[in-house]
Amino acid sequence: MSTNHSIVVHQLNHSFGAGNLQKQVLFDINLAISAGEIVIMTGPSGSGKTTLLTLIGGLRSAQTGSLKVVGHEITGASENDLVKARRNNGYIFQAHNLHGSLTAIENVQMGLEVHGNLAKPERHRQAAAMLEKVGLGDRIHYYPADLSGGQKQRVAIARALVSRPKIVLADEPTAALDKKSGRDVVDIMHDLAKQQGCTILLVTHDNRILDIADRIVYMEDGRLSKQPELAESAQ
Amino acid sequence: MLGLIKTLKTLGDRTPLGLKQLKHDRLRLLTAIAGITFADILIFMQLGFADALYKSNTQYPRALQADLVIISTQAKNFGQLRTFTRRRLWQAQDVPGVVSAEPLYLGSVQWRNPQNRQQTSMLLIGQNPSQPAFDLPDVNAKLDTIRLPDHVLFDQASRGSYDEMIEQVNRGERVTTEIGLRTVEVAGLFEVGASFSDDGALITSDQNFLRLFPKREAGAVSLGLINLEPEADLEQVRAELAARLPDDVQVLTQAGYVDFELNDIQSASPIGFVFGLGSAMGFIVGVVIVYQVLSTDVNSHLGEYATFRAMGYRNSYLLGIVVEEAIILSVLGFVPGLVIALGAYQLTAAATALPLAMPTSRAITVLTLTFVMCGASGAIATRRLQAADPADIF
Ligand SMILES: Nc1ncnc2c1ncn2[C@@H]1O[C@H](COP(=O)(O)OP(=O)(O)OP(=O)(O)O)[C@@H](O)[C@H]1O
Ligand SMILES: [Mg+2]
Repeated sequence: MSTNHSIVVHQLNHSFGAGNLQKQVLFDINLAISAGEIVIMTGPSGSGKTTLLTLIGGLRSAQTGSLKVVGHEITGASENDLVKARRNNGYIFQAHNLHGSLTAIENVQMGLEVHGNLAKPERHRQAAAMLEKVGLGDRIHYYPADLSGGQKQRVAIARALVSRPKIVLADEPTAALDKKSGRDVVDIMHDLAKQQGCTILLVTHDNRILDIADRIVYMEDGRLSKQPELAESAQ
Repeated sequence: MLGLIKTLKTLGDRTPLGLKQLKHDRLRLLTAIAGITFADILIFMQLGFADALYKSNTQYPRALQADLVIISTQAKNFGQLRTFTRRRLWQAQDVPGVVSAEPLYLGSVQWRNPQNRQQTSMLLIGQNPSQPAFDLPDVNAKLDTIRLPDHVLFDQASRGSYDEMIEQVNRGERVTTEIGLRTVEVAGLFEVGASFSDDGALITSDQNFLRLFPKREAGAVSLGLINLEPEADLEQVRAELAARLPDDVQVLTQAGYVDFELNDIQSASPIGFVFGLGSAMGFIVGVVIVYQVLSTDVNSHLGEYATFRAMGYRNSYLLGIVVEEAIILSVLGFVPGLVIALGAYQLTAAATALPLAMPTSRAITVLTLTFVMCGASGAIATRRLQAADPADIF
């Protein structure tokens, strides 16, 4: 595995439950994503896409196989190591998951505060700059409740990207948005990721955004495959 | 030290999430503040009443004007002091530093309320009329009057209906009544207040006391009042006296004697228990309300908290939010609680003649209790944080 791979998944299996109720949802997953690559994962509902994403993000501990994220093995990692590993990633969820008691800029700052290396004024400056980049420079003091769905998702993107993470993991970021805002959000993600050189793994059912991908992978019944026709349509 | 400065700096640098969450939901904030304020007022009132009752039942011991007090080893309280021989006072006068050692005679008498002729039990105090025994200006101004046979001074805060009699005395009219078989004249008024054991009190001279108690001997003293030279060391003379005098008596400082009385009330009366229970109820009410508010708050932010954990925040960061809320609520609830309690003290003091006051120590105690109350509720509420699982948010 060469060092310019930022995500390397090797022979990963995952099951939920124990004993008789044990149900395997991921089977022998192998996936290598280069630094700076944008990979879209599609597949039917219940096939295991979200599960794979949470494993890569260190939100759930991997059981068997090997999972290297920016050089760190996270299979069998301690809770403490997982917490640290999470800080390398930016997350974008289907729901924006912004904190309702914080303004847009305060929400974005939370993405910086976790690293504990920047003073408040600097965090404020960087967060404001990031919101400017996602086109919300005039709404930095709005509460999430006063923003539209697309605007909220753009704040979420700003929060995920403000700390310049090596990896962005996104799970159906456009599912709750209309066509136009969905497109805007994806374009912003794409442009910022390219500027920052970060790797994106994006799960989506939305065929209209497949074109931003460098590569498309297909998940079915817990197994990963390359689906030729989809891959072609992305070229 | 450096670590502390660093911690404070990090605290100041973090986003005050607890504060922002509380501010965002005003209704929830108000509920919590109201709950804590209510609990604090309840606790303040209970502690205030207990203290006032303790105080009102130790008024005479507090009013004693002496450096040291001698009482019998078998003394229980001011109402049941037992007696000791007057020789102990003479012996005390030989100890260096002692200026005077005066006897005080106490006893319960049945007196007839001159107004309605009802018999009531009164505490009769006999003192040397040549020297003030109490820090009571009204009494000390009338010491010459009680030299006259069968003249007594009356505590106008005594329990019972005495309003007409008090007016008569104030107008300078002659008021007489019976104690036992003797007729006495009420020659003046002073004000201290009733206690549990007696409905009221009368002060007279030692000679009159012995006349009203024919069976009491002048040599059987209830309490000795010792005054010292100004430069004498209180504790040193006390120890010296205690060592010299036989152990049928004990020697206490005036403050020590007040404590002795307080101890007796605390162990013999249910005041401590009743008001302690009341305070505990207030505390529990506070815990329940704050817990409700904090756990609802945690519950309604579980999604956000899970997101924070996914972003790499530790569980301790989330704990910090709840702790921050608990501290803010404590302070915001305590301040109005203190202010309202001060007002309620004044109202109650005016209505019941109970000596209600707010010593700083009690305010600090209640503030501490408030922190404990909110801390405990917060600690229970944080158990819900376990439910903030970052794996569930995608
Ligand atoms: N916490 C869990 N406990 C038990 N089973 C689970 C859990 N989470 C997911 N599963 C199961 O694992 C399988 C994969 O679920 P997953 O959420 O990864 O699918 P998905 O591909 O993301 O689907 P969708 O496109 O609908 O989001 C499903 O059958 C689901 O029921
Ligand atoms: Mg999913």
